[in-house]
Amino acid sequence: MEGKRKREGYGLWTWVGLAGLMLVAMAVAVCVGSVSISVADCLQAFKAALTGAQAADPGTASILLSVRLPRVLCVALSGASLSVCGAAMQGLLKNPLADGSTLGISSGASLGAALAIVFGLQLPQLPFSGSVVLAALFAFGSLIVILSLSYMLDSSFSTNTIILLGIVFSMFMSSVLSLVVTFAPDKLKQITFWTMGSLAGSSYQDALVLFAVLAVCGAILIRLAEELNAFAIGEENAMNVGVDVRRVRLVVLVTVSLLIGACVSIGGTIGFVGLVTPHIIRLLTGPNHKRLLPASMFGGATFLTLADLVARTIAAPLELPIGVVTSFVGAILFVYIYYKVGRTAR
Amino acid sequence: MKILSVDRLGVSFGQTTIFQDVSFELNEGDWLMMVGPNGSGKSTLVRAISGAVRYSGTISYLDGDIRRLRPGELARNIGILAQNHYVGYAFTVREVVRLGRYAYKRDHGDPEGEERIRQALEATGMNALADKSVLHLSGGELQRVFLAQLFAQDPRVLILDEPTNHLDLIYQKQVFELVSRWREEPGRAVISVVHDLSLARAYGTKALLLYERRALAQGDMDHVFNPAYLNAAYGMDVTEWMRTMLGQWT
Repeated sequence: MEGKRKREGYGLWTWVGLAGLMLVAMAVAVCVGSVSISVADCLQAFKAALTGAQAADPGTASILLSVRLPRVLCVALSGASLSVCGAAMQGLLKNPLADGSTLGISSGASLGAALAIVFGLQLPQLPFSGSVVLAALFAFGSLIVILSLSYMLDSSFSTNTIILLGIVFSMFMSSVLSLVVTFAPDKLKQITFWTMGSLAGSSYQDALVLFAVLAVCGAILIRLAEELNAFAIGEENAMNVGVDVRRVRLVVLVTVSLLIGACVSIGGTIGFVGLVTPHIIRLLTGPNHKRLLPASMFGGATFLTLADLVARTIAAPLELPIGVVTSFVGAILFVYIYYKVGRTAR
Repeated sequence: MKILSVDRLGVSFGQTTIFQDVSFELNEGDWLMMVGPNGSGKSTLVRAISGAVRYSGTISYLDGDIRRLRPGELARNIGILAQNHYVGYAFTVREVVRLGRYAYKRDHGDPEGEERIRQALEATGMNALADKSVLHLSGGELQRVFLAQLFAQDPRVLILDEPTNHLDLIYQKQVFELVSRWREEPGRAVISVVHDLSLARAYGTKALLLYERRALAQGDMDHVFNPAYLNAAYGMDVTEWMRTMLGQWT
């Protein structure tokens, strides 16, 4: 009993289970869609692709391999990234409401994308490149603005200042975005789609970029699990036990903004994933970041994969923006969790 | 042996001076009692030493400026118990106490960590609650959790801001006895902010009385607890009040 409690991480089988759940969700998402494809056909098509043989049904194979698979990969990677960011920030700022959206990083990024759309900014030969680059730049810029403003207002860099500025900054960005939309009504649909998020039309290249960024940033965050525990218990306490609070805070915030910037630039702003997934996961794992962060990655990937599946099938052939689904499901879950948690733990 | 020395320390927030020109030395074996009325800057003084607020003047630890110590080194040498604790998430008691070993674990592995944690839980009477969520604890129990964390941290100097704030009498007594015994080992010293002047008088080896943003008196207990200083600082006849209160227990 004693030995079991001393281990802070999870054992192998828990990870296998979590990964298995995620893979099942992804497999379902690949098979189901406007054209339903049986699991046997799916396997056959993959086998053919891997061995280089001619697929039995080239149409099915092309739907699977060039449309659905890259999309599902991007969705899962975005879900994992946004969730681990949410979990890390909720710990760092000791605030259960912290998220890319409440910190202003996401809204900054979507303003960047909207400006690119309205002014038609593009790098030559690369469609959508303008919005991608501007979104990532604005995500990072928003963070720099919020951090330097909070440093100017309060040199001790306190958590409350950062959250408050994040929310004010978010509102400011939203109002500028509304202004932009007012003067460019013809681009309304495109901008709306961006602000609600969608991973339709993702490519393997997008997935590769997301995977690389997640691998690096996720590893950095997981290595800081102990420090995040200290922050979640209290910033001043973290300082008293010897955590280099300024350095850790800076590293976490920069890492998180890079990861969110990458996600927004590929899938638009997808709300609620980063806010809700860590809460659900925390109920299962407890608040210790050694378990919470990796479990949030798998949980976020599973959740967003299922949300995306719903988004493209529930009103087929119409496709909903994925943010509509995550916010809808997320908001209900959120209330439920608070009700449950409020009676027992809070 | 001089452990900590504070020279012309001052803290201001914007235009407001919290205190200024406070100097004192802490030697091995000392238990320095910070006393003074509400708002005289006692807690801020503690937070200045912990590095949580900006200050003017110098604080030296064993002849080196405290600002040169790396966070981990500082934590292994100086441990601080804050006045208020609020934990937002359902960490277990053991997880919070384990953080006391952070500075050891991070810098050079920590083979004796689990044993230290066990001892700290034992000493503070938190063993039975070790796997409970801290959200379910009373104020006094939470105070003992952070005290256990501090013992696990095992520093040379303890700085305690109202260590027995919410505690039942039995734990008040236990904590003061515990710290008193802890202090007897070589190379250790304690600074504490204590509101209860009787407790301060019983356990302190020297005192510093803060009043109107300055040190009104400091040095031996008998010198600082002179009615002339106490009455001026607290705006009442302190000795008379204490006698009346404690005189009831004949």
